[in-house]
Amino acid sequence: MSADQLAGLSDTLIVVAVFAYLLAMIGFALELAFGRSRAEVKAPEAKVGVGGGGSRVEESGPEPPAWAPTAGRAALALAWLGWAANLAAIVLRGLAVGRWPWGNMYEFVVAICLAATTAFLVAQTRSNVRFLGAFVMIAVVLGLGFSVRFLYTQAGPVVPALNSYWIAIHVTAAILATGLFVVGAVAGILSLVRGEGPSRLPLRADLERIAHRAIVLAFPVWTFAVIAGAMWADKAWGRYWGWDPKEVWSFITWVAYAAYLHARVTAGWRGRSTTIVQLLAFGCLLFNLIGVNIFLDGLHSYAGVE
Amino acid sequence: MTAVQTPPAEKAPGLGPAGWLRWGWRTLTSMRTALILLFLLALASIPGSLLPQRGVEPDKVAQLYESNPALAEWYDRLFLFDVFASPWFAAVYLLLFTSLIGCIVPRTVTFARELRRRPPAAPRHLSRLPHHAELPGELTVEEAARRLRRMRFRVVTGDGWVSAEKGYLREAGNLVFHISLLGLLVAVAVGSLFGYRGNVLVVEGDGFANTVAAYDQFTPGRLVDAQSLEPFWFTLKDFRATYSTRGQELDYSAFLRVDDRRDYELKVNEPLDVGGTQTYLIGHGYAPVVKVTDGKGQVVVDRAVPCLITVRATLLSDCVVKAPDARPSQLGLYLAFAPTRDGHGGSRFPAPLAPELRLMAAFTGDLGTRSGVPQSVYQIAPPEIMAKLDRIFMGSHPLKVGDSFDLPGGAGKIEFTGVKEWITLQIAYDPGRVPALVSAALAVAGIVGSLMIRRRRVFVRVAGGTAEAGGLTRTEGSAAGFAEEFADIVRVLSTRVQSNGDRDVR
Ligand code: HEM
Repeated sequence: MSADQLAGLSDTLIVVAVFAYLLAMIGFALELAFGRSRAEVKAPEAKVGVGGGGSRVEESGPEPPAWAPTAGRAALALAWLGWAANLAAIVLRGLAVGRWPWGNMYEFVVAICLAATTAFLVAQTRSNVRFLGAFVMIAVVLGLGFSVRFLYTQAGPVVPALNSYWIAIHVTAAILATGLFVVGAVAGILSLVRGEGPSRLPLRADLERIAHRAIVLAFPVWTFAVIAGAMWADKAWGRYWGWDPKEVWSFITWVAYAAYLHARVTAGWRGRSTTIVQLLAFGCLLFNLIGVNIFLDGLHSYAGVE
Repeated sequence: MTAVQTPPAEKAPGLGPAGWLRWGWRTLTSMRTALILLFLLALASIPGSLLPQRGVEPDKVAQLYESNPALAEWYDRLFLFDVFASPWFAAVYLLLFTSLIGCIVPRTVTFARELRRRPPAAPRHLSRLPHHAELPGELTVEEAARRLRRMRFRVVTGDGWVSAEKGYLREAGNLVFHISLLGLLVAVAVGSLFGYRGNVLVVEGDGFANTVAAYDQFTPGRLVDAQSLEPFWFTLKDFRATYSTRGQELDYSAFLRVDDRRDYELKVNEPLDVGGTQTYLIGHGYAPVVKVTDGKGQVVVDRAVPCLITVRATLLSDCVVKAPDARPSQLGLYLAFAPTRDGHGGSRFPAPLAPELRLMAAFTGDLGTRSGVPQSVYQIAPPEIMAKLDRIFMGSHPLKVGDSFDLPGGAGKIEFTGVKEWITLQIAYDPGRVPALVSAALAVAGIVGSLMIRRRRVFVRVAGGTAEAGGLTRTEGSAAGFAEEFADIVRVLSTRVQSNGDRDVR
């Protein structure tokens, strides 16, 4: 296949991924809306048969229709399908342009959506987190839709400064971390939305724990991404840190997530307030991704939009 | 370790100066203060990304001064053009780092003590622990201790019990991380005191020697003197760029001869390193070779003239030629250079396929070059002097390589004889960069240890033909992971002893 055909196929697969994610979102939402109130969701300790991790059984409401869990499983299959299309789209684009396929905003956002879906699907293989599905899917559908509609860039070469193995190191780490932070933010928002009473969502403390897990994984990766960025800047621009807007906002994001981690261990800062810190940090991350590229100009602008 | 620090003592007043000092120190080093300072640090950096910074975009700062002097004046008073060098930014991070030191020192002491302490005795009732399991009755204390040791636990035994602990690296990682942050700060400070940075433009065929005078722009650290510059020199032998058929830049290289000894191909992302001084290729453009003959027939200019790029995509550029030695009157010319002419005064392609130089304007009169006031090489003269010059030509006269043009009124002649390219280089020396890298790498290693390792204890009690195990972790948020690990440990402890005393764990 020629490069143009590969690139065209990649574009088609992105559309396939969007539709698969969209259907998956509907399936997850149906399960959540009609499934039983959180009865089966046990405290994580209970996953292994040993020890006293109590499974909180708090069944309530009428018996759910039998198709609800089926909708959930179908949604999961669709999410995997979307994931495969998303991955294939990225690989094909990489083949079409003969470089790492995250050289501009469009490619970058598409890769983040893959990372977020991957984080969710991997978590799902370890314990049942289907209740997150609908919301992770909303996030990736919006992300992909936004990038196709507003950020789309024709497949092509990148400026020489981006043509470096550093893109593989620095940008890949940033993508992975961002994907995990997305999952953390989704769980965080849910924990805020969920009231105290019975609900189809897991207990608030469990949601907060999931968010914490995701962020604890993401934070070192983000730290590494920032440092790798500094090393690249040292190679490309002659200084490892120069307070370019992108650098400033990476720093702010990093400090904000560090503040979240400290808040978790500070007496009197539990629950809602730590989640709000987390979401503020996520806001900084989003601004760094979108706002800085579009509104502020700096050395990173070439990664951007036309 | 989940070190939840107690909030600072409430009772502050009436303590006398020493008491106040202690109270201040305790408050400063409390977790809550650290949290607030982290927030402040993030907040304080925001203006640095929204307003142009002098160190990054001095021209934008100048623009703001022109368009709104009163506002710019105020910004400047609040250090908003130098946020990251401002006293208030420094105040936040110095407080944070003081707090950090105040946090690290006692924790290191505690940790050192803890390293030497043995795990505590097993509690009496293991079933009250968060994790608990029955074990086969024939397990002995010695066997349990042996197996736990093999799983790299630190183990003590007593009468009918085993107590085991591991995960000390968590706290170690946390300390390493926080100490590395201090290291990073010191490295940055060293770099800004002893480092320097300069920019220079070099035309093909020309050279550069690393002395302060050779730079177009030079920013030394506070403790740099002219003698401390690494002595090296090079000539730019050739410059080559490649473009896609659509005119997108694919790659470019500058071929240097360094110290008359070795050749170096300088590329983006691949700086030249001479004794720790790095030379970076940061830009390139065209320098048409122009020959100017004055009204008396003397050649007064015959050199490559570096042009400023006006259209990035096609490298259409503007150039200025000044001939202060021209007679009967000094000459100043405005030119436009197109690497590939499009026939309408523009450029069609960034490579020099069909170069064209256009004479846009010519002036005679006193250019003011002898007044001693430094002038930009990219303008003929400052506006007040321009106003007094005679404009002898205005238009757009194209020249191909080899063409010449007689200026009106016998003022002289301009000839376009060839095309060269220029590169801009940034040359930087930063003694803090390697220490900064080491600190950063340690910080990542530390944070991984601190976040991924959990501190956990496992106890075994053997009494009267029954055995049981209990476990707990002191790390919040990782209870789920520990449940799995505890299950594994129980499995290992439950495996029946084979005759040779060895068994397969899984
Ligand atoms: C430059 C400022 C600082 C940064 C960027 C920073 C960053 C971090 C990060 C990312 C963690 C996460 C590790 C974890 O959760 O275990 C952490 C943990 C911790 N930090 Fe800091 N920190 C800073 C200053 C401080 C200060 C001033 C204190 C003391 C008041 C402090 C005390 C702690 C403690 C006690 C933990 C351990 C939390 C735990 O046990 O899980 N940090 N820090």
